[in-house]
Amino acid sequence: MLLIGAEDEEKWLAEGIAGIQHNAFYLHRALDSNNLRDALKYSAQMLSELRTSKLSPQKYYELYMRAFDELRILEMFFKDESKHGVSVVDLYELVQHAGNILPRLYLLCTVGSVYIKSKEAPAKELLQDLVEMCHGVQHPIRGLFLRSYLAQISRDKLLDIGSDYEGDAETVMDAVEFILENFTEMNKLWVRMQLEGPGRVREKREKERSALQELVGKNLHVLSQIEGVDLEIYKETVLPRVLEQVVNCKDDLSQYYLMDCIIQVFPDEYHLQTLEMLLAAFPQVQPTVDIKTVLSRLMDRLSKYAASSADVLTEFLQVEAFTKLSNAIEKVIEMQVDMPAVGAITLYVSLLTFTLRVHPDRLDYVDQVLGACVKKLSSIPKLEDRWATKQLVALLSAPLEKYNDTVTALTLSNYPRVMDHLDNGTNKVMAMVIIESIMKNNTCISTADKVEVLFELIKGLIKDLDGATDELDEEDFKDEQNSVAKLIHMLYNNEPEEMLKIICIVWKHTMAGGPKRLPFTVPSLVFSALRLVRQMQGQEGDIVGEEVPATPKKIFQLLSQMIEALSAVPSPELALRLYLQCAKAANGCDLEYVAYEFFTQVFVLYEEEIANSKAQVTAIHLIIGALQRMNVFNVENRDTLTHKTTGYSARLLKKPDQCRAVYACSHLFWVDGQDGIRDGERVLLCLKRALRIANAAQQMASIARDSSGPLTLFVEILNKYLYYFEKGNKQITAAAIQHLIELINTEMQSDSATSDAFLASTLRYIQFQKQRGGVMGAKFESIKL
Amino acid sequence: MLLSLRRYTRDIPGKARDAPRFRSRFVTVKTEKLFSQCRFPLPSWDSRFLLRFASSHNFLIEAFKPACSISIKFSDGKTRKRVPIKRENGQTLLAPLFRNQENIAGKITIEPHQGKRIEHNGVKVELLGQIEMYLDRGNFYDFTSLVRELDVPGDIYERTTYPFEFSMVEMPYETYNGVNVRLRYVLKVTVSRNYGGSIIEYLNFLVHNYSPPPSINTSIKMEVGIEDCLHIEFEYNKSKYHLKDVIIGKIYYFLVKIKIKTMDIEIRRRESTVTGATNHVETETLAKFELMDGAPVRGESIPVRLFLSPYELTPTHRNINNKFSVKYYLNLVLVDEEGLRYFKQQQITIYRLPLQDT
Repeated sequence: MLLIGAEDEEKWLAEGIAGIQHNAFYLHRALDSNNLRDALKYSAQMLSELRTSKLSPQKYYELYMRAFDELRILEMFFKDESKHGVSVVDLYELVQHAGNILPRLYLLCTVGSVYIKSKEAPAKELLQDLVEMCHGVQHPIRGLFLRSYLAQISRDKLLDIGSDYEGDAETVMDAVEFILENFTEMNKLWVRMQLEGPGRVREKREKERSALQELVGKNLHVLSQIEGVDLEIYKETVLPRVLEQVVNCKDDLSQYYLMDCIIQVFPDEYHLQTLEMLLAAFPQVQPTVDIKTVLSRLMDRLSKYAASSADVLTEFLQVEAFTKLSNAIEKVIEMQVDMPAVGAITLYVSLLTFTLRVHPDRLDYVDQVLGACVKKLSSIPKLEDRWATKQLVALLSAPLEKYNDTVTALTLSNYPRVMDHLDNGTNKVMAMVIIESIMKNNTCISTADKVEVLFELIKGLIKDLDGATDELDEEDFKDEQNSVAKLIHMLYNNEPEEMLKIICIVWKHTMAGGPKRLPFTVPSLVFSALRLVRQMQGQEGDIVGEEVPATPKKIFQLLSQMIEALSAVPSPELALRLYLQCAKAANGCDLEYVAYEFFTQVFVLYEEEIANSKAQVTAIHLIIGALQRMNVFNVENRDTLTHKTTGYSARLLKKPDQCRAVYACSHLFWVDGQDGIRDGERVLLCLKRALRIANAAQQMASIARDSSGPLTLFVEILNKYLYYFEKGNKQITAAAIQHLIELINTEMQSDSATSDAFLASTLRYIQFQKQRGGVMGAKFESIKL
Repeated sequence: MLLSLRRYTRDIPGKARDAPRFRSRFVTVKTEKLFSQCRFPLPSWDSRFLLRFASSHNFLIEAFKPACSISIKFSDGKTRKRVPIKRENGQTLLAPLFRNQENIAGKITIEPHQGKRIEHNGVKVELLGQIEMYLDRGNFYDFTSLVRELDVPGDIYERTTYPFEFSMVEMPYETYNGVNVRLRYVLKVTVSRNYGGSIIEYLNFLVHNYSPPPSINTSIKMEVGIEDCLHIEFEYNKSKYHLKDVIIGKIYYFLVKIKIKTMDIEIRRRESTVTGATNHVETETLAKFELMDGAPVRGESIPVRLFLSPYELTPTHRNINNKFSVKYYLNLVLVDEEGLRYFKQQQITIYRLPLQDT
């Protein structure tokens, strides 16, 4: 009996429909022959089918709709007095003779609507009568459908009387009263459905009820459509009455749906003007109601409304919308003790969105919202709930999106406190979001304080947080750290002093990050510092003699620390490069000892840390390149360094590497420029040595592989010869070049190697120079190909 | 609200299960049939009486083939109001309507058949007011009997017309057709003969008496219930209703702890007849009107609006000629989901206003 099979239900529905069709047939016949008595008889019989208790709301609805269609036809018949010859007044009495209440009331409503339309009696009285008489049906489903029929059939008349007589406030009120009354009763019936039947079918019942919610909500919809309902009526009558019903019904499904309905159905303007009243209802609803969604939707609507035009914004200020909303949320959270964190956070997100849209200039509001959120979360150190976390991220992202200037977020004192509640993973994600926002907007963060705050915010990326044991994805980690590196470049201030402070702060934070992170962050920081150095170099004149905290020396000290830390990681190759960069900068600042110190570090690193031969080759070339550019060293120091360099070059593992390094070393003794060193002899020495090595290499190759050796080495050396020859190195003679070319040719013939493109173009170059004439042409003249 | 003000009437407290006396009463009422019946067609006239009336009439004419035909015409027969009485076979009988202390005058025409001579001992017309008690072997009690002699003994050769008149006739009681009793008025024309039997012709007519609206007409209001279970208050706007009146009222639920399925209001007619020393009571349910569908909750107020016009009611009759009484009751019946009934009956008075004869 309780768990009715769907099959049985189908059967009952079919029986009901058959009953309706059967009686409708006779009803039509009666209507065709204008027989009122039969029409009433058969319509009553037809409507008796609606008295069933066996159907679920969905099935009952099907049945109802069938009857409804027939009633429309009957209504047309009632309207036409010439057909039945009974005045509408008499008709109104006549239908009330029916013995069964349900058919009686359906017919009464049908005639009633005709009666109202005829305007033979005051609409107010009729409406009052109809809505009152409907009390007779107390069965929830039947009552709901009956009243819904009443609402439906009277709808157009209500809209008429609610809107037709403009200025006649009384008629409008009549319509409003009627709808409110009907709405109240329908809601009561709807709520009562929940109480019917045993508890175990509760879920099913809720589902059934949800299917019927629109019947109840329809009333509110009609109310909103009546033009006569202006703000005043809404404020004085409609809203208080509806809210009273919502609060008093103490049913969560109903409260949720109706609150949502109110918000969706009535204009935003009304909501704004009645905000206080509306919000006052929220804390009063049942604790199980999903109030956050409703409230969020309200704020969403309001904020959209605020965005719609500038004029309405002043209204928002007038009614102090923010304060009211904020208070309401606080109260709701206070009342609903069991509300999960996610609920509260969702509310704050909505409030924040609202604030950002409506009061973009009020950062204090934003901070206030965040502060309230922190307060709510104070009992939970870290959020575990996935949804809550998601909402919290949304909360934190909102200000970033709104204020393109990320710096704004940094001034929110509660921002980092909210972030603290995120779990480590999410914290990182959030930090990334912040960084991305900065990058996207190209925001320059220019004070040490802000930097401090910022690094506090993104500390999840900067260092290992407590208890972070989870295995990191390598790619993610790289991404994160690269972002941090990028971020460092965004920290910039024109004032060297402030900039130094910034650098110090960043260094302090990055240092805490441990060896894993340093290789990513230190380079950025170093270059950032070097930029500062160069900047100061330009202004040096101004600051001489003053006791300034920011001097290049100091910075270099700091840099040295940084790179040292890096080399301890160990990441020697990177450290080496950075040292070289620093050395160059020191060179620019004319700080010989500093530069020398850096070079020392470079060599130490080379000796102690760089064991890989490939790395060594790269390192040597870097060193050569850097050293060649140094002009700050005195002869002695320079000799030491160049000597060291050539020595290392010659001791590389592979012969070709040796060869190349050695001929590169030749540049150390020949620097272009005014006071550059031009030690032609040592250049020649280097080149000759390179030739020897190339020779040896070739021999080794021919023995080992019985094939053509590295002829390219010779061509490369030839190019060096040509270079110095052109530069006017007296030690490099045309004869030497001639000799080298011949040597190459011989080698080529003996190896029967194919013609080498590099060689060919080199030779072509010589030919070109020869033909060019002039000084250079003359110089090349002696070379014979 | 003070508890002492409440009146838990003895009539219904307790479920019917505890009071089988009340339950058995309802056995006679065919609930389902009444329930499903549509109220639009008027309830039919009591068939028993009509059949009896018709057969006696026909019998005299057909079986004995009287030597003459007698017709009775009222002098204002054309204009006098006739009240239709619907019979089950669809025929409508129209009977002239009179009221108390009216003059009843007319003409009686006697026409012998085929030029026959009718020898008689006198012709007379009687106006009879009769009460017939079916339980008393169909005995008649004439409470009114007036005679007019129309002719002295002699012969009738041809069509003869006699005028007659009863002036200011006392007809204090209304025509009534009940279950066990009927009250009727009849004109009886007798042509007395020594042999062949007297020739008698009847003509029924109706009498309705009117009452002015009562000067005092208080509402009926009462709180009833079952302790801690059901507690209602009902109110009907009046205690006296005319035949076309509307009963307006409401039922207010103070407390409902049982699942009520429906609530009906019934109009019951209680006809009590006195036959010698015995008193017999017959109760009929004339109307069953559903007031409520489904289970109400505390604080609900259910409206009552019952039009009396569709029902075939008569005025309340009190102790008519010491023979019978007809009383009307409103019976409020609540049925719970288990089918148990709870009810409370209240007497109402029904009266006839002038111009309410159809």
